[in-house]
Amino acid sequence: MDEQKQLDAFQKRIDNGETIEPKDRMPDRYRKQLIRMMSQHAHSEIVGMLPEGNWIQRAPSLKRKKVLLAKVQDEAGHGLYIYSAVETLGVTRREVVEDYMYGNAKYSSIFNYPTLTYADICVIGWLVDGAAIVNQTMLARSSYGPYARSMVRICKEESFHKKQGYEMLAKMASGTPEQKKMAQDAVNRWWWPTLMMFGPPDDQSPNSQELIRWGVKSKTNDELRQSFVDMTVMEAKAIGIEIPDPDLKYNHETGHWDFGEVPWDEFWEVIKGNGPMNRERIRARRKAYEEGAWVREAASEYARKKRLEEEKAS
Amino acid sequence: MSTLDQKPTTRDEVLFEYLVRLADDRLILGQRLSEWCGHGPELEEDLALANIALDMIGHAGALYTYAAEIEGQGRDEDDLAYFRDDIDFKNLQMLEQPIGDFGYTIARQFLFSVYSYLLYSELKKAEDEQFSGMADKHLKEIRYHLRHSREWVLRLGDGTEESHRRIQDAFDDLWMYTGEMFDMDEVDRMAVEHGFGADLKQLREEWKKNVSEVIEEATLKVPRDDQYMASGGRTGFHTEHLGHMLAQMQFLRRSYPDAEWT
Repeated sequence: MDEQKQLDAFQKRIDNGETIEPKDRMPDRYRKQLIRMMSQHAHSEIVGMLPEGNWIQRAPSLKRKKVLLAKVQDEAGHGLYIYSAVETLGVTRREVVEDYMYGNAKYSSIFNYPTLTYADICVIGWLVDGAAIVNQTMLARSSYGPYARSMVRICKEESFHKKQGYEMLAKMASGTPEQKKMAQDAVNRWWWPTLMMFGPPDDQSPNSQELIRWGVKSKTNDELRQSFVDMTVMEAKAIGIEIPDPDLKYNHETGHWDFGEVPWDEFWEVIKGNGPMNRERIRARRKAYEEGAWVREAASEYARKKRLEEEKAS
Repeated sequence: MSTLDQKPTTRDEVLFEYLVRLADDRLILGQRLSEWCGHGPELEEDLALANIALDMIGHAGALYTYAAEIEGQGRDEDDLAYFRDDIDFKNLQMLEQPIGDFGYTIARQFLFSVYSYLLYSELKKAEDEQFSGMADKHLKEIRYHLRHSREWVLRLGDGTEESHRRIQDAFDDLWMYTGEMFDMDEVDRMAVEHGFGADLKQLREEWKKNVSEVIEEATLKVPRDDQYMASGGRTGFHTEHLGHMLAQMQFLRRSYPDAEWT
């Protein structure tokens, strides 16, 4: 079969709604796109532990401390789970991990912003996890089996995180004047970066069409962004939080909420590495990785010795 | 209790004090362990250490809640965790020490987990149903902490030259804090008399035996006992590290005492 025929056959499987599994024949480009997208997703889970972990030690009650610790632990689990799914595509965790720490691989731009008050933790749960759910619900129907399956499980936990964040934010928004201030301030800071999580506008998104054609995604960035805004506006109103967008207005014709221009210049800067926390996040990850090297070496050396002993014994 | 506090005399006063000591140990260690979250040597350890931290904080919360109930003054777990100062905290000094490197964290976890395991095996026989039930429940989790840290002691001790050196240093540094675990004061003696405390002196030998076996299997040396041993945690006498840790832990809760967070 020549290349075009193979591509056509693959496309036909996708169009028939078939799921692609690790051992199936797949175009090289499909494999590469998935490795890029899935590992980026996994890195985001891991880097995302940093801004949230920033408040574990200072959580305002033992219950809140446990909730946050459990949540950050869940994110680590998600990362691990997605890395395992990426490995089905023929790369190692180590390769892809080193690629974001020392190379050009990306993670979600949202985690390059700092968590300044405890309300930021609530807002990350509500908005950031809320946005992740919109995206991941779509990905749960992705054409690549291992990715789709990992999303089903992850979505369940993210929904729980979102609920926890939203409820705590509601409490703060109806709390003392200081709590109200923290809550609104956090939403003001996180709103636009959250909208950026869906990626650049459709006319500037180089990968979208291909990913949609291959059934990895089923909606465009702008469509996802719109459904997130539609969902979130009412949630904000319900707890007395204002969305920091003067252009936000319900459009009776389309049935959607129109919103203002996302500050895309800022988005492109953050993607390039010029966000408030980019350097610090990478530094923290590298530090953990490099300072942990002796531990990983010890573990593999110990395992080697034990294997040798067993071989000798048998 | 600070140097100014009244010594507990009634059964309930002793039980309250006893529970708070146990809770402080677990909260402080849990708080320390949580510092690893996002910074561990590998993802699996981020998960494991966060999990142990979560257990520790959970155990502390349950103990504080019961202590507050016994006290009957309307306090709750957060009042005990967030509104006491360092001279009121009764944790062992070992547990407030900074996390150090992974070897230090593991060595401490191991020494403490063996201790906890033996202690809770006694406490689950306490003549106080609620307390014994709690100890029995927590013991299952402690067993996991012990297994996790034991396996790492073996890996690091018998791993590379560097890991061997690092974990040996950790045990050497930590040893001076191990004596305190077995100090029996008036509260401990009264707790034994009332049927809900453990005789710590009796645990010591078993602890030493268990700990030594693993340390030696890991090709490491058991540090000498005839050295300076720190003490005082149970009376509120601490190292300088605890104050900083509490400042961080308590600041938000104390800054807005009227705010609700739960």
